[in-house]
This record gives sequence, structure tokens and C-alpha cells, in this order.
Amino acid sequence: MIRVTGLSHRIGRTPILHEIRTDLPKGKLTALIGPNGAGKSTLLRLIGRLEPLQSGRVTLDGADIAATPTETLALQMAILGQQTAIASRLRLRELVGFGRWPRHRGRPTPTDKDAVTDALRAFALTDLGDRFLDEVSGGQAQRAYLAMTVAQDTDWLLLDEPLNNLDMAHARSLMARLAGLVAGGKSVVTVIHEVNYAAAWADHIVAMKQGRIVAEGPPKAVLNEATLSDLYDTPVTVSSHNGRPLVLHHV
Amino acid sequence: MAKGALITVLLGLTATVWMFHGLPDGNGRAFILGLRAERLAGLALVGISTGIATVLFQTVAANRVLTPQIMGFDSLYMLLQTLLVASLGITGFVSLPIWTKFGGEVAVMAVLACLLFGTLLGQGVRDIPRTILTGVILGVMFRSANAFIGRVLDPNEYAVVQQSSFASFSRVDAALLPVAGGLTLIAGLAAMRLAERLDVLALGRDAAVSLGLRHGRVVLAALALVAVLISVSTALVGPITFFGLLVAGLTHGLIRSPRHAALIPASAAIGTLILIAGQLVFERALGQAAFLSVVIEFAGGLFFLFLLVKGRIR
Repeated sequence: MIRVTGLSHRIGRTPILHEIRTDLPKGKLTALIGPNGAGKSTLLRLIGRLEPLQSGRVTLDGADIAATPTETLALQMAILGQQTAIASRLRLRELVGFGRWPRHRGRPTPTDKDAVTDALRAFALTDLGDRFLDEVSGGQAQRAYLAMTVAQDTDWLLLDEPLNNLDMAHARSLMARLAGLVAGGKSVVTVIHEVNYAAAWADHIVAMKQGRIVAEGPPKAVLNEATLSDLYDTPVTVSSHNGRPLVLHHV
Repeated sequence: MAKGALITVLLGLTATVWMFHGLPDGNGRAFILGLRAERLAGLALVGISTGIATVLFQTVAANRVLTPQIMGFDSLYMLLQTLLVASLGITGFVSLPIWTKFGGEVAVMAVLACLLFGTLLGQGVRDIPRTILTGVILGVMFRSANAFIGRVLDPNEYAVVQQSSFASFSRVDAALLPVAGGLTLIAGLAAMRLAERLDVLALGRDAAVSLGLRHGRVVLAALALVAVLISVSTALVGPITFFGLLVAGLTHGLIRSPRHAALIPASAAIGTLILIAGQLVFERALGQAAFLSVVIEFAGGLFFLFLLVKGRIR
């Protein structure tokens, strides 16, 4: 379980998060939802120690992340931020290979090579493995980053808007893959912009607005018309499909 | 690795031509050989230190156009020199033991570079234009401060400062060679030890932190090495701006690997090769009719453009 207590954060003088406290359940697919600027990415980045904690405490399966060596954390938790361009000329296979670095620290074993091959196959990148990162599309690059994160083979995966740049087929297959990882005992926390992907696949939803958590719980409890209309400040209709909420926000 | 072998062979050939071309018979032979070896070592040290420093710096800055010189590393070193002359006077400056003087300067450079550029680059360069601008402004500031102190200095003292503030490949200070060589060797080995962590650093701060790299520490270590290497090169031949960009560009264009374990030695070899070959052409073919920097920028610049047009350099 990831336990967040008393977490506040400012960027410059602007408060981003106010006294967040929440528990993210182990073995579940957790979706962070909310309007732009709600603080979802900041919360995820603080949990994943990409930003230094200003106040409050985050524990990962009982261990304080501020007191755990970053090398140890890299074996327990992988975080994928939103992408920025990389200066070096990397082949996709090499990029995915870096996912194994926390385990081999520069001396890859056959196990590491197999894990890379598996990750490439899982994200339909086997044929693109020898292409350079700047010679593939944004969606293919995004899949390569996801493959790297999955190749890290950690108990926890934190993903910031992983559906960016993905077409509908790859978006759905990514969600199915995340659900599969969770079924295999992993825990996933992901920021999701399109609320229907959360509705269809998540086990646990955390809804944020203006730096505060406004609702959390299973999809059925959180994704109702009152909560969502209030969350996004716009009228939303919620229907149902295959026993899961279906949010009609685009019409 | 055929390219690595090719560069090594070329380097060996050029060095041999450098040493033995047009050597007179008789008793002047040993003297000339010694002189040539000294200058060969000086050029090699400048090539190695500039090459490695630029590759390291570009990885830390996540940018292929920046060089330590553009960001003011060498002007910082020049400023230190001027301050030293201003505070100690010529006699004090000249009578300082070379190991103490150079060692102290390098240590101060490393600390200052870590403080200044570490704060700029440590947070993972969120805002690259701002970082570049700050660095360029720092560089201008160091140069202006240097010029200002030069104005208020005693003219005799200023002459000492001025002598070291122009790039000259023909005038390598032989007394500096042992300490410069030692520092380059240590910094080069340290860079090789960092190589695998630099590969991860090149992925960007987010990915590097997620993979468990101690990002801030590696950035500072790399910047300290850059400061040491730039001090060596600036002390030996004075400030040179374009050369590092050329070497790093050629290294990335020719090696085309993200692995620093290959990039670091390649940049050292390419830097050395360009300098020795350039100086050879300049001295023996052109009869000193031009400046080495002109030769380097002409030939090297053309090759750089060629790689750029071919899409080998981004």
C-alpha cells in the first residue's frame, strides 16, 4: 500500500496540493482523475520521488520513501513521467533495455535480455526494435517508454498520462495489459485524462480538484453524475455498459 | 568498432609523421625529437580534455549545441587567473609552485562550477532556453569582470594576464605538462567510471530518477570533471570556443552510440587527431601561413557541415 499523509506542495508561491492524505491499495489498478491543474501529476511525481517532498510523508509498503535509498526504490517502484525529448540517439531496444538497469547496473545477464525481448513483444515493438527513437511516431515512442517501465519489473507502476499519443487500439491494449499486470500481482497507479478508460478498467478511483481529493473509492461509487458534474464543473451524464459506468461527456 | 580502430590507426600515423617528418641528421636530432614530443603531449592533452569535457557537458545539459566554453567555464578560469595576479602581484604569481597554483585553481574551478552550473542544471533542466541564457550571461559576466580587473591592474601585471588570454597552440607551457597530464588522466578515468551512469543520465532526469540513479550527484560529479578538464585545456593553450563543439559533434556523428564507454575514448581520440593533424598541416604544409584555429575550423567545419547535412548530427 502507498500511504500519503499531510502532503502539501507549492511551486513558487502557487499552492498545488493541500494536506493530501490517502491510501492507494496494493494489487489494484488505481486511476487518478480530475480536471487540468488538479494536481494529479504533481501527486504522482511526489510519490515517485521525481520531486522533493516539501511537507508530509509518503510510505511505500510501510517504508518511508524519503528514508529509502533511491536504488532500492527503483526495484520496488517504476515511474513514467510525461515525455521530453532525449538528446542521445537510442534504438528502441536500447531504451527498453534501460528498464533493466536497476537490476544489473550495467552488466546485463541473459535474464535481462529476455525481459527486454518480452517487453518489446508485449508492446508490439519487436519489428521496430532497431529503429532510432527519433525515427518513430509519438505513439510508438510512448509504447517504447511504457515497455521500458514494464521491463523494470517492479511491484508498483506509476504512470503519468500513459494514454498520451496512443490510438484507440493501443490505448485499449495498454489498459488491458495494465489490468493483466494487476491480475498477476502488481499494483498500478495511473493518471488518466479520459475518464471512460478509468471507468472501464480501474479498480479504485481517486478524484482530485484544486489540489484536494474530492472523492475516492471503487468506480461505481465515484463515477456518478453528481460527483463528476461537480468535479469537472460541467454537466455529465453517466450511463452503464457491461455493468460498469459509461460517462457521456462529449455530447 | 571498425571506426574505433580506424581512428586509432590514423592517430598513430599522424603522431608518427609529426615526430619524424623532415627530421635532420646529426646532433640536433635528439633535441628536436624532445621538443616535438613535448608539443605532441601538449596538443594531445588539449584534445583529450576538450573532447571529454564537451561530451560530458552535453550529456548533463541534454543539449548538443552547448559547450562548456559557451557557458563560460573557460572565462571563469581566466577570471581566476586575473584575480590571482591582481591579488598576489607578478612576483607572487610567478613564484607560486606550479603544482600548488594549478592544483588550487582546478579545485576552486571545480567547486565554483558545481555551485554555479549545478544549481542551473541539477533540477533536470526544466527550462533549457533559460539555462542557456543564464549560462551565456554568466560567461559574459566573467569576461567583463576579467576585462574590468584588467583595466585597473598595473600595466606590467596586465601584460602577464594578457599573455595567457589568447589561444595559442604553438606556445604550450612545458612546465605544466606533468600536472596537466596527471589531472587529465585522473579525470578521464573518473569519466570512464561514470560512463554507465552517464548513459542513464542521458535519458533525462525523470527516467534516470525512476531507474534509481542519484541524479544530482552524477550531475555534480560530471560538472566537476568538466571544470577540471577545461582548466587543463585553458591553462595549456588559452580559451578555445569552437573546437569542443566540433569534437563532440564529430564523435556523436561517427560513433552513433548512446554508450559513454565508447563516446568518451572516441572523443579523446578525435580531439587529439584533429589538433595534431591541424597543427601538422599548419606548420609543415602551410608554413605557418595561417592560424591553427583557422585550419581546424575550415577543415573540421566542412566535415561537421557534411555530417549535419547527412543527418548524422542532430
